[in-house]
Order: sequence, then C-alpha cells, then structure tokens
Amino acid sequence: MQTGYILLATIAVPLLAAVALVLVPSRYPNVVRMIAVGTGFVLFGLSLYAFFAYQVSSGKDFQFELQWVWIENVGFLGDNGITLHLGIDGIGAPMVLLTGIVTFAGTLISNKIEYRNKDYFILLMLLVAGVFGVFCSLDMFFWFFFYELAVLPMYLLIGVWGSSSVFPTFSRTKEYSALKLTLVLVGASVPIFIGIFATFVESGLGTFDLPTLWAYAEQGGFDPNFQKIIFPLFMIGCGVLAGLWPFHTWSPDGHVAAPTAVSMLHAGVLMKLGAFGIIRLGMQLMPEGAEFWMPALITLGTINVIYGAISAMAQTDFKYMVGYSSVSHMGYVLMGLATLNPIGVNGAVLQMFSHGVMTALMFAMVGVLYDQAHTREMSLFGGLSQRMPRFAAFFAVAGLASLGLPGLSGFVAEFNVFVGTFQTYPALGALGVLGAAITAVYILRMFAVAFFGPANPRWDGLKDMSRFELAGGALLIAFILLMGVFPSPFVDRIAETVLRLPSVS
Amino acid sequence: MPSELNLDYSLLTPEFCLAGLAALILALDLFVPQFKREYLPYVTAVGLLAIIGISLGWVNKESQFAGILYIDNYTSFFRVFFIATTIGVVLMSAQFVQDRLRNPGEYYALLVLSTIGAIYMAASRELLTAYISLELLSFSLYILVSFAKFDERSNEGGMKYMLLGAFSSALFLYGLSLIYGSAGSTFYVDISASFANGTSGFDLGVLMGLALVLAGLGFKVAAVPFHMWTPDAYEGAPLPITAYLSATSKAAGFALLLRLFSGAFMPIADDWQWMIAGLAAITIVLGNLVALQQHNIKRLLAYSSIGQVGYMLMAIAALSHDTASALLLHMSGYVITNLAAFTCIIAWYNLTEKEEIEDFRGMAERAPLLAAGLAAALFSLSGMPLFAGFFTKFILFQAVASEGFLWLAIIAVVMSFVSLYYYLMVIKEMYISEPAEEGRLSVPLLVNGLAVLLVAGVFYVGIYPRHLFEAAQEATKFLFV
Repeated sequence: MQTGYILLATIAVPLLAAVALVLVPSRYPNVVRMIAVGTGFVLFGLSLYAFFAYQVSSGKDFQFELQWVWIENVGFLGDNGITLHLGIDGIGAPMVLLTGIVTFAGTLISNKIEYRNKDYFILLMLLVAGVFGVFCSLDMFFWFFFYELAVLPMYLLIGVWGSSSVFPTFSRTKEYSALKLTLVLVGASVPIFIGIFATFVESGLGTFDLPTLWAYAEQGGFDPNFQKIIFPLFMIGCGVLAGLWPFHTWSPDGHVAAPTAVSMLHAGVLMKLGAFGIIRLGMQLMPEGAEFWMPALITLGTINVIYGAISAMAQTDFKYMVGYSSVSHMGYVLMGLATLNPIGVNGAVLQMFSHGVMTALMFAMVGVLYDQAHTREMSLFGGLSQRMPRFAAFFAVAGLASLGLPGLSGFVAEFNVFVGTFQTYPALGALGVLGAAITAVYILRMFAVAFFGPANPRWDGLKDMSRFELAGGALLIAFILLMGVFPSPFVDRIAETVLRLPSVS
Repeated sequence: MPSELNLDYSLLTPEFCLAGLAALILALDLFVPQFKREYLPYVTAVGLLAIIGISLGWVNKESQFAGILYIDNYTSFFRVFFIATTIGVVLMSAQFVQDRLRNPGEYYALLVLSTIGAIYMAASRELLTAYISLELLSFSLYILVSFAKFDERSNEGGMKYMLLGAFSSALFLYGLSLIYGSAGSTFYVDISASFANGTSGFDLGVLMGLALVLAGLGFKVAAVPFHMWTPDAYEGAPLPITAYLSATSKAAGFALLLRLFSGAFMPIADDWQWMIAGLAAITIVLGNLVALQQHNIKRLLAYSSIGQVGYMLMAIAALSHDTASALLLHMSGYVITNLAAFTCIIAWYNLTEKEEIEDFRGMAERAPLLAAGLAAALFSLSGMPLFAGFFTKFILFQAVASEGFLWLAIIAVVMSFVSLYYYLMVIKEMYISEPAEEGRLSVPLLVNGLAVLLVAGVFYVGIYPRHLFEAAQEATKFLFV
C-alpha cells in the first residue's frame, strides 16, 4: 500500500517526539532515552517500508505522494502557491532509507549521553525531521524550510555536547567549530534563497510546487542565460553542504567537534542534502545551466577527492581523518553528478547512500573509542584489535568499504562513478582512481598503527562495545553488506529515475 | 473632500472606550486609596481585551468619519493589532512597574492613550489628522521613556528622544505644507487625484515635500540615517517601554506610511521609490552591522530592530498590494517575536537586575523556560524555520523581489544571515556558558504563561500563518482602490 502519510509520518513523528520530550520532566532521563530510541526504531521501520514498497517501473514520477495546500491565492501566490507536497522518486527512496538507518543507529549510540539528554534529543529530533523533510519535499518553499531546519539545531548540538580538539600548536574549541559550521551553512543558504526568489519571479507561475516548475523547465520555460546565472547559485549553495572544495573547511572541524550521533547524522545524511539539492534545484530546474557549469563542478569534485584524501593522510587524529575522508568521498558524489551520463549519476546516488552508512559507522566507532580513552591521537594507540576485537572488526568493515573493497557498498558506488567519469572526462577519472588509492593508504596505515602491532599497556582498561553500540553498528554493517553483495534493489530504483532527469543523457 | 461630512461618532466607539479606560485607570490610582495598585495592570488588560471585542464589530465594514478617518478592514486590523500589543506590554510591565516605578496609574493610562494615537495613525486619510495622531503617540512615549524618574539613563534617553522627536515633527510638518502647497488639499484622495496626471515636469516642491515627510517619518520608525536616538532611548527607557517602542511605535509608523504612500502618493511613485529603496538598503546594512558590536541586550535589540525596519521599508519601496499584505504579515510576526523576547528579558532582569549580554550566562540552567523562549524569539528574528521569522521574511522578500526589487531582496537576505551571528552570541551565553551562580530561579506563573503564549504565537506565524496572511490581504485591499 502506498500512501503519502508514510512520508508525512517520517516528518511528523520526530517533531511529535520533540514535543513529547519537551513535556517529559528532565529528572527522568531513562524515559527520554526510551522515547528517543523508540522514535528511531519507528522511523527506521517507516523508511524501510517506504523503500521496499516503492515500485520500480510504476510509470509514475513520484510515489507516496501527498499534497496539502498550505497557502494559496494570497498576495503573490497563485493556485497551489505553497503546498506541503511530499513524494519520493528512485533517488529520494534510498535517501529516506539512509536517514532512517542512520537515525536509528544514532539514537542507539546516543544512549550513553548523560548531560541534559532531554535537550539533546529534542534538538536531534528537529534535525531528523528537517532531513526527512528535505528528501520528501516536492515544494520549493518547504524544501528550503526543512533544509534550514536541519541546520538550525547544529549550533547548540555541537556547542553544548561537543568536544574541543587541542593540537600542539593550536586548538579548535567546540564553540569555534559550532559557530563556523552554522555560519558557513546558513551563509551558503543565502545563494539558494536568492536562486529561489529569482526562479519564482522568472517562472511567473505563482507557485513553489517543484513538479510544476520542473515541467515548466522541461518545456524550455527558463531562458538559457537565466539558467547559466542561477545554476551556480544552487550549485555552490548546496555544494557547500556537500563539502564542495574550497568551501569544505567547516566539515572536518564541525564533524570532529560534534557529539558522535550528530557527526553520524551530519556526515552521513546532511551532507547528502547538498548533493540532493544540486539534483533537485540544479539539474532538474536548470538543465541547460547544469550542462554549462558541469565542467566546473567535476573539476572541483576531483579536487575534493584528491585534496580530501591527501589531507586525511596528514591527520593524526582519528576523527579528523574520518572528517577529511568524508570530504574526499563526497567528491565522488559531485564527480558522478557532474558527468551527466546515466551511469555516473547512478554512481553518485549510490555513493550518497554508501558513504552515508559507511561514514556513520566510522564516526560511531571513533565515538566508542573516544568516550573511553578521551583521546583520538592515533599514534597513542596500538594493538587495539586484541583489547577490542569486535570494535576492530566493525571499524575494519567501515574502512574497507571506504577504500572500495569489492563486496562492500563503496565498490559498487565508486565503480559506477569511475566508469561514468571515464566516458566523459578520462583524465579526471584517472585522478579519481588515484584518490581511491590514497584512501587505501591512509586507511591501512591507520589499521597498522592503531589496531595491530604491540599493545600499549596504557589501554588495558578499554572495554569493547556496549550492547547499544553493537546494535547500532551491526545495523549499519548490514546495509553496507547488502549494498555490496546485492545492489539491485538500489540500482533498480535509482537507474530508472536517473534516466528521467532532464539533463542526463 | 467629501461634499457632505459623515459625522457618525459611533464609528469611533473603540477609541472612546480606550480614552474612558485611561481615565478610569487614572481615577482609580488617584481617588480610590483602598484600591490595590498591583491590580492596575490586570484591570487595564481586561479592559483592553473587552475593547478588542468591541472593535471586532467593525470587521468587514467600510465607512469613514468626515473623510479624515476611515474605518475599514485596515483600521480594524490595526485596532486589534495595537490593542493586543498593548495588552502584552501591560502584562509584562506588571512586576517591573511595581518594583521600580512610581505612579503606576499614569504609566498604564499613558500606554492606553498612546494606543489611540497608533490606531488613528493607521486610520487617518488626511495629513493633519495623521500628524496629530502621530504626536499623540509620540508625546505619550516621550513621557514613558523618561518614566524612571531617578535613573539618569532614562532621563537622558527621554530628553534625546523628545528633542529629536520635536525636530523631526517639524520636518514632517514642513514636508506636509509643501505637499499641500502643490496638491492644494490635505485629503489623501484629493492629493492622489491632483497628482493623477503626473507632476508636470520637475516639481521641486513635491520632491522636497516627499523628502521631508520621509525624514520625519524615518525618524519615528528609526530608519538610518535618522536612527541616532534609538539605541539611547532603548537603553534608557524602562524595559517594558523599550518593548513598546520596538513594537507599537514602529508598527504605527509603518501603518501611517503605508496608508499615506498608497493613498496619496501612488501616482508619483517614481519620485519616491528610489528614496525609500535607498533608505531601506542603508538601514538594513547599517542596523545589522552595528548590532554586531553591542554588549547590552537592549542596544542589541535596538540595532536589530533598525535592521528589521529596513526589511519593512523595502515593502514600502516596492509598494503594491502584494508587498503591503506581506508587510503586515511580517510586522505581526516581528511584533509577536519581539514581545516574546522582551517578556523573557524583563523576567530575567526582574530576577537578576542585569541586562548585559554576558549576564545571560547559564540562563538555560537557571531559568530553562525563559531561555527557551528567548532562544526561540532570537532564532525567529534571525529568520530560522519553524519560527515566525522564516515564513514572514520569505514572504516579504519574495514579494519585494516579485515587484522588481531583487537587488534589495538580495541585500536583505545577506544581512539577515549576518544577523544570525549576533543572535547566536546571546544564545551561546544562555546555553553554552556556565552560569555565574548556581540554583534555579523561580519565575512567576503569569510570566511563564505569557512567555509560552507568545512563543506559541511565534510558532503559529512560523508554521501555518494562512489565516493571518489572508487577514492581512483583506486589510490592505482598500489601500489601493
């Protein structure tokens, strides 16, 4: 059964949970935890249902559609001016699933938060509602509304529950990182804002409904010159959230300072909002603008891959390494999108999902270690695999997926991106492969330094993962394996939709 | 001018009631010694609530009093708007006035009287009536700003406000006389008619008149470069009066501007659009940039409100029915948000006697509800979603962009982003910094209730403001007939 209420529930459930949490007195932290994990579970179930009940080749552009008029025929708004229009296509479906997985894993991992855990979960739920909202919205107003909503709680989540990093010569306080992340991301939404205004005025349709605007765009409604001016606004505005070089610097700092579950959600899911925005607002609204600007995007994406990988190699802090590897891996997404051929875009969307679960797992594992050891300096560790065998195994899966080992999700995604890139820009494709090689270097080096070798007696007291951490990690691994071994549920859904994108050929 | 004067005094019933209420409050304070002064605000609030009920009787009716006051939906909208604002301010004053000020009767009576001035600023369609209403509001405010008699800052602020206010009134009057000289009438209808064929060639008198009118009104609403009094008056005034200044005094200025420019000056839009657009641009930029450096919460909100005035001026620059309704929506959201912010700030001040931004340290630990309310209000002012600011700014900026002022909308979006920084600085103190002292503070139930109510209003405007927007649309329909 397909009903838009499923998607509505993915947005409403976390919002209602936030309201419920407000009403719970803060002296019952366990009730708070139960509500949070319960909500995570429900969301996981809903997203799983939405993903598997999505029908391939149904002939419809969007499934699970729901359209509620919010405001129409007032002021400059015409028919269907602002509507709560929800629906997913083959790109939205895996993203919704990803959000459900990471949210559930994140609430499980956050179980150990003690300090003001009520406030923490309220903000986390707002974040989750925003993310689901972006992936489900088919209305430009609400798309942007949820996009901003996903950024809003970050400042407090990092500032209150985050951790500062102290390096020999400088330090990055959590306040600094929180402010940097928030200001950069909200600043990046300024060009999106302007792009939305301009698009609305140019179309003259009086509606923010995206399918209506897409149809208008496909009939050649938007002047090519207009598209060339507006597309970069969306590309850069959304690109910043996707970690686009040279605007990526918020990402390592912010992700490192954030508490574990927030890093998981932010690197795992929120960065995908940026790439998703480039598809929805950029490629679908401004196909000719996309064609014009894609050489720039693919160049930047390649720089992302190489620069991120080299930076990751230079890190001595676990979390900074993972943070830079996210920048590098998001580069593959941008490269894939910029190829504008079916296989490359396919790979990009696969990579969005793959990187989401993989990086969430990595951040979760770093969190497991940091919470006990209170340091993330790789060289201080050694022989961790003897003390914490399960932890080491989980981390290894994440690392191997990240360097693209066949059988795990990363391979499927990156392979598609490379094939797509070689078809259009062979030289850049070669650089992309080089990036994957560098990834192998820093991942394997990390294993050698921290996990194997002689055990450092200082860490004799470390315990392996708790039940909740184990459950969260296992959930993520299950999907890394699923996509690596049996990618067809993903590929079927994505490929069909990618072929329908106006700029892809 | 209408040939036959309609002198139907019943149209003005709500204002008569307001005047009666003011007299009653004064009388209670002066002549009934056994009456407990702490009940005054509640008597005032109940009275005002009843008058809102009476005002609703004129919704969807269109009539005018002697051609000078129009009682249409626009007036009804602002009747409810201003009286409701005054109720909010009266309630948040209750404890503050009792603890810190003398003569509560005069305080509340002046608030009520100033409301009459604000309403008539929205209702008048004749230059001199508009001017007199403006002065009624201003004079009440001059007294109220300096009401903390033994506080030097209050005296200083009141003095500056009065001197500059008198100066700007003179500019405004001079402008009006130039317009009168050119148009031959003080009635908006006649002015509009006389300009209908455009001013023949370059008319320096009209241009000067417009510039002077704008300068005078720009002072009242605190547009840059006429804003100099604002930070001092805001800082010096008793806190609830600061709230009142930032809410009613600004909204009334815009009610007048909207009525005046749409009713009288629409035919010569080319002459003034660029002036207001320029004013709007520098107001937005300067207000937000200077706010970045403030350490006092009142001065911070003073500069932030200057920035907000800039956003609202954009709607006058790009004047049309669409921007007018968007302006009313934004103004409603802004006023509710500001009242919510001030309710929390006043409650915090009552408990701690402090008003520097760094004094809000650890507010989330010591008074979580107030901190949450203030955070919601500040996020709303910076234009974050779920809160009023996002929706109303989106609608306002889009309306302005749709009228061909995309460049103004771009400035507004950029500066709105800048504003996030200084709001975050307050939120940082409240939530991230450690409290200076330990221990929960107990906040009176009424204050908590008021804060919750206002924050609920902020959410209402931020999530589903359909009915408010439609009311704004109805209210502004008559402006452009």
